[in-house]
Amino acid sequence: MTFVNWLRRHLVVIAGLLTLGYLLLPNVVVTVFSFNKPKGRFNYEWQRFSADAWKDPCGVSDLCGSLSVSLQIAFWATLGATVLGTMIAFALVRYRFRARGAVNSLIFLPMAMPEVVMAASLLTLFLNLGAQLGFWTVLIAHIMFCLSFVVVAVKARVMSMDPSLEQAAQDLYAGPAQTFLRVTLPLAAPGIAAGALLAFALSFDDFIITNFNAGSLVTFPMFVWGSAQRGTPVQINVIGTAMFVVAVLFVLAGMLIGNRRKRQKA
Amino acid sequence: MMTTEAGGDVRLSGISKTYGSFTAVHPLDLTVPQGSFFALLGASGCGKTTTLRMIAGLEEPSSGTVRLGEQDVTALPPYKRPVNTVFQSYALFPHLDIYENVAFGLRRRGIKSVKKQVGEMLELVQLGEQARKKPHQLSGGQQQRVAVARALINHPKVLLLDEPLGALDLKLRRQMQLELKRIQTEVGITFIHVTHDQEEAMTMADTVAVMNAGRVEQLGSPADLYENPRSTFVANFLGTSNLIEAEVDTRKGDDIVVKAGDCKLTLPESRCSAPTTTGGELLVGVRPEKISLAHADDAGGIPPGRNRITGKIADSSFIGVSTQYVIDSPVCPEFEVYVQNIDRDTRLVPGTEVVLHWNPAHSFGLDASQSPLAGTTGAADTQAVGEEAA
Repeated sequence: MTFVNWLRRHLVVIAGLLTLGYLLLPNVVVTVFSFNKPKGRFNYEWQRFSADAWKDPCGVSDLCGSLSVSLQIAFWATLGATVLGTMIAFALVRYRFRARGAVNSLIFLPMAMPEVVMAASLLTLFLNLGAQLGFWTVLIAHIMFCLSFVVVAVKARVMSMDPSLEQAAQDLYAGPAQTFLRVTLPLAAPGIAAGALLAFALSFDDFIITNFNAGSLVTFPMFVWGSAQRGTPVQINVIGTAMFVVAVLFVLAGMLIGNRRKRQKA
Repeated sequence: MMTTEAGGDVRLSGISKTYGSFTAVHPLDLTVPQGSFFALLGASGCGKTTTLRMIAGLEEPSSGTVRLGEQDVTALPPYKRPVNTVFQSYALFPHLDIYENVAFGLRRRGIKSVKKQVGEMLELVQLGEQARKKPHQLSGGQQQRVAVARALINHPKVLLLDEPLGALDLKLRRQMQLELKRIQTEVGITFIHVTHDQEEAMTMADTVAVMNAGRVEQLGSPADLYENPRSTFVANFLGTSNLIEAEVDTRKGDDIVVKAGDCKLTLPESRCSAPTTTGGELLVGVRPEKISLAHADDAGGIPPGRNRITGKIADSSFIGVSTQYVIDSPVCPEFEVYVQNIDRDTRLVPGTEVVLHWNPAHSFGLDASQSPLAGTTGAADTQAVGEEAA
């Protein structure tokens, strides 16, 4: 009886913890197996603890090269998609023009299209254009599919912005450039940042579209896929864990800065 | 504590604004004298905010010019006009603290040392302690004061206020009305205040322009507008008026005698804004608080020479300082009378036959071709206005 009561009182917490565990278990496995010393080429069974892979993350040929390619593509794709997407979002929210409604729906189409179909069609397009497959085709493709997500994120933010704030800036002697830099951009920043993060994650992760359009270029997801056919080096887990840790550190730093600012202001 | 730059009057000449086929503001001429507290009063959609925004430069006029003193600013963008606005939503920058909000205009004009001025300004609006807070941490009234400070620190030639008190509760609104009036007196800058609240306009402004459907109906001091409305819209929008349909009968010296049903009423010709040819129609107006109410049995005691109307009390409501009666009279179906509660006559209950009488000098005459109901909606808080102007 007391157990039932205890359960009833803590049900929400228990459900929350279980869901969190469900979410984080794969990450834990990645991390744990980055310290494995596998027998043979496959890192699928726990043998014994070892930090060998952490000491030499680039020890597998081509791994760090592919990582660098992926980071570069993700960086430029994020930049391109964020700049273009932000401008599109502002245009869609702030201006009335012919076919605005149509553009508003068309922007979502790349999100709805099955990725593998998109990938094959892009390849057809690039081949017909006589484009050399490689870094640039991948970058163009990545900017394209990230764009919709950036537009959605920024648009939501811009829609919630009070247009009288920009009028107030103009009224207070800020010209168009100053108004944009001092008021519009800082206000839209959370939306733009969300869009950029989303774009980075999508681009860094992408396998299907990249695989179709990369030619001889090898990105990190392609490397992992390729090596999984022949055996999985522990270093893959190391890179994965490191990325996860970096992301967590960023979030923590953001929270700390935010908290300190709040405390200073109060 | 601060001096107005050599300024001048705000002069709008033939200014208008059309959106497609809709005319928000009909060509309008308006002069706001330097240093005055001017109110644009009207119901929502009357064009008052559009007019204000054209002065600010946030709306481009379809025709006409805006002049500030000698300078024609019609073609100037808002950031080049020496005017500042207090927005209806305050429009405080949420990402900047109070200090930076107030300093914004100075910094944009390239002024480096803003500390002293910002400090003084925050003192003027009594927010010195809150300088490092963000706008959302302040109450509505405090935010409102920040908005005023942020505009005033630039020493504009004109401060434009777009319904700045609309979001505040009644008590705070009263307090801020006095506060704004105090600040205006202190800094001596021209204030143009847009409001739909007739009481607010009357309390604060030296001059009120009553706007209706994109036109200025009448312009004058609050007391003048209240006592001498020249249209039924003004008569009803500012406070409450009883309007009696009548026919011009004869003249008697400076007075006109009119017939309403079988009553004869007198009013001074000088207070009649309509043509007064004999036999012509006229609306005779009288404010509810100018009228005395007598029980029909006491009719003999009414002094001679007063306008008299008979009727029956249809409704009465006691509201503390006064009692409001609605009288059903043959000449006017819903005649309103406010009686001060000095000596309450307990016989005056609904159904009682009464005689209404008032000094003929308190009557005014309006053109009968207008709707006697114009401006009646939205004129709510009438009792308070009646008392202030009386």
